[in-house]
Amino acid sequence: MNATCTTSSASDSISMADIDASCRVPVFKLFFCSAVWLVIASVFGLLASLKFHAPNFLADCASLTYGRLHPVATNALVYGFGVQAGLGVALWIIARLGQTKVSQPWLIAVGSKIWNIGLLVGVIGILLGDSSGFENLEIPRYGVVFLFLGYLLMAFWILVTLHHRKERAMAPSQWFLLAALFWFPWIYFTANYLLLSHVPVRGVTQAIIAWWYSGNLNLVWFGLVGLAVVFFFLEQSMKRPLHSRHTALFTFWTIILFGSWSGIPVSAPVPAWIPTLSMVATVVTLVTALSVMANVQRTCAGGCAQAEKITGGKFLTFGTMAFVIAWVMNAVSAVPGISSITNLTWFTVAQWQLNIFGFFAMTIIGAIYYILPKAAGMDWPYAKSVKRHYWLAALGVVLIVLPLAIGGIMEGLNWRKFMMTDVDVARGTLNFLRISTLGELLILLGNLMLLANVTVLLVRYAKLHFLPVYKDAIAELKPAEVKP
Amino acid sequence: MKFGPLVFLAAFLALSASWCGFVLTPQVQLGRLTQETNSVVKAELYPAGRPGLARQGLEVYRANGCAYCHSQQVEQKGTLVDVMLTDAGKTSVQVAKVLNDAQLGSFSGPSVGAGLPKAVLKGADIDSATILAAALKKAGAGTELRLVSTGPDIQRGWGMRRTVAEDFIYDATVMPGSMRVGPDLANVGERRPDLNWQLVHLYNPAAVNDKSPMPSYRFLFERRKLGQAASPDALKPIGSFVPPEGYEILPKPEAKALAAYLSSLSSDTPLYEAPLTPPAATTNAPAK
Repeated sequence: MNATCTTSSASDSISMADIDASCRVPVFKLFFCSAVWLVIASVFGLLASLKFHAPNFLADCASLTYGRLHPVATNALVYGFGVQAGLGVALWIIARLGQTKVSQPWLIAVGSKIWNIGLLVGVIGILLGDSSGFENLEIPRYGVVFLFLGYLLMAFWILVTLHHRKERAMAPSQWFLLAALFWFPWIYFTANYLLLSHVPVRGVTQAIIAWWYSGNLNLVWFGLVGLAVVFFFLEQSMKRPLHSRHTALFTFWTIILFGSWSGIPVSAPVPAWIPTLSMVATVVTLVTALSVMANVQRTCAGGCAQAEKITGGKFLTFGTMAFVIAWVMNAVSAVPGISSITNLTWFTVAQWQLNIFGFFAMTIIGAIYYILPKAAGMDWPYAKSVKRHYWLAALGVVLIVLPLAIGGIMEGLNWRKFMMTDVDVARGTLNFLRISTLGELLILLGNLMLLANVTVLLVRYAKLHFLPVYKDAIAELKPAEVKP
Repeated sequence: MKFGPLVFLAAFLALSASWCGFVLTPQVQLGRLTQETNSVVKAELYPAGRPGLARQGLEVYRANGCAYCHSQQVEQKGTLVDVMLTDAGKTSVQVAKVLNDAQLGSFSGPSVGAGLPKAVLKGADIDSATILAAALKKAGAGTELRLVSTGPDIQRGWGMRRTVAEDFIYDATVMPGSMRVGPDLANVGERRPDLNWQLVHLYNPAAVNDKSPMPSYRFLFERRKLGQAASPDALKPIGSFVPPEGYEILPKPEAKALAAYLSSLSSDTPLYEAPLTPPAATTNAPAK
């Protein structure tokens, strides 16, 4: 089903501009906040990265130690930008595909408010040393409550919007988004309840649950939402439906069936069946990457340049390619023999960065560049900076992922050379890390451009729509001339 | 997959399966692990809980995100067996014949008995080792099997066996880590038992570990003007570390706790699920 060709079918159909306008409040709120978090994430990522240039940099301040800067950067990226902007894009796609106005846009904006309060409290908690100690779940208990409630509020009204759709049959993007909307609260509640409640589970079960959560978040949630966006915009820009719904269905099933079992490292100190099962599932996700590649390629049918013509289209193309590479990297690095080298090295960080930033964030940034002007009904104030942001971000991702992947493989091989001291192995990765700092810097510059663009757009919108109203309200009224 | 309920059902089933697999089953299997007697020294319970200060140290380890750079998971590729000859017996000629037949060298009756106990077969799989041991025993010799763990981590000296679930049952927060920017810490308490080394290393890693890229954790320490006498807690000179003239460096309580935690990290005890023969084992240690 393609959104562009159904508007004229029914007489009672709502115009596209109305739908976009109904998204305005939540989309402004979600995209502005996520742009802010994206900048925060890259600032903290850059600070953390600088520690590899000078180990004594900021060493006198507990809040600025690497072990606190790094989780703040990842949490800001994952929850501040990723989940938040992902929900914003999901909302807009669901409204567009469903040919329906957003239900309760203000409540979604309130949900986003609660989410941001939780995240802010959580990040401050991490900086003060209250991190929970579980990767991707560092936000302390008092922040989690807000995040969870905020998510429920947002997701509920997005689901209601989905329910009100005009066309009952669902497009692939809608399957992916629906599954993702249900997925997050389940994994988030399970993990936080079992790890951070007053009676947490004991022993390595904690670690298994944390890994399970991370696998489900990084592969399943980000995979489902990111691919929904990729598929939607592919249909939009190519002006034709996906080449094969069956292949999309196959992609969907492999993600939810196998992606959800991935994430437990081969060396985990747990009974062998757990990493083995996880390894098998992770290797199988190779077919997910291939099925997406085949479907996208067939849909483009050689005319991929057309997909890049829409605003932000380049980001989406980059994101799609990054998806395929990141998932292939993930599947290949799970193969026994390879995994014992890449496991616990910078290679895994490269893969994570490629998946979260290269694929998901790039895709979503592209979508933001497309959606926000439509929702606001005005063009980007700095239209040229979209292209500049693309080049900065693309180069930044390459400069982070490539050195870290190579450095990680070298590190893994060096750990096996028993004559090399631990310090020598660690130092062997430093130059790769230092190149990645440059990547972080480029990404930061790009993210600042996005934030500037979004802020100025919102200010202009406010000037255009609120200022006249405000001026009217405070205008000095001339006493009416009374004619006798 | 056209309709909402179907998509929901698919997602529900897939997630339930993974939830049962990686949340419920591990909890059933591992959630109630308790202390257990280990396989070599029957009277010893494992693991012993950490001392109180070390438990506070775990909180410092968590708060400062040590696990982002250090893992606590030693990987093991397999277990190999060394066959030790402890006693040549009365018929050493026959023992020598068994060894010569197995092409383990050319022994004569008297040379077999020299330098006992000695390894006659190294790094064998369990089957060939037991066959040889049975043959030697039949010839009247005393033998012993030694279990040796193998794998890069173990050869690097990070531990003598792989890390297992049992090692973590008393930790409030389990942080096996996901990255090795620096070395694995599963047995750092065995490698670096000196508390002063640990503290100085936290204060200035490069002072005791030349060119170490680890960040300094100076914020865990206090610089104080030297009084009449040096405080007993003050960091003592080690490596290239000397306190600045007229000052002493005192660890804050967090630093002491963290050092206590690091020195409590040790997971070399042989267990049923990860057997090994400790190198210093007495000759009558039962071979498993």
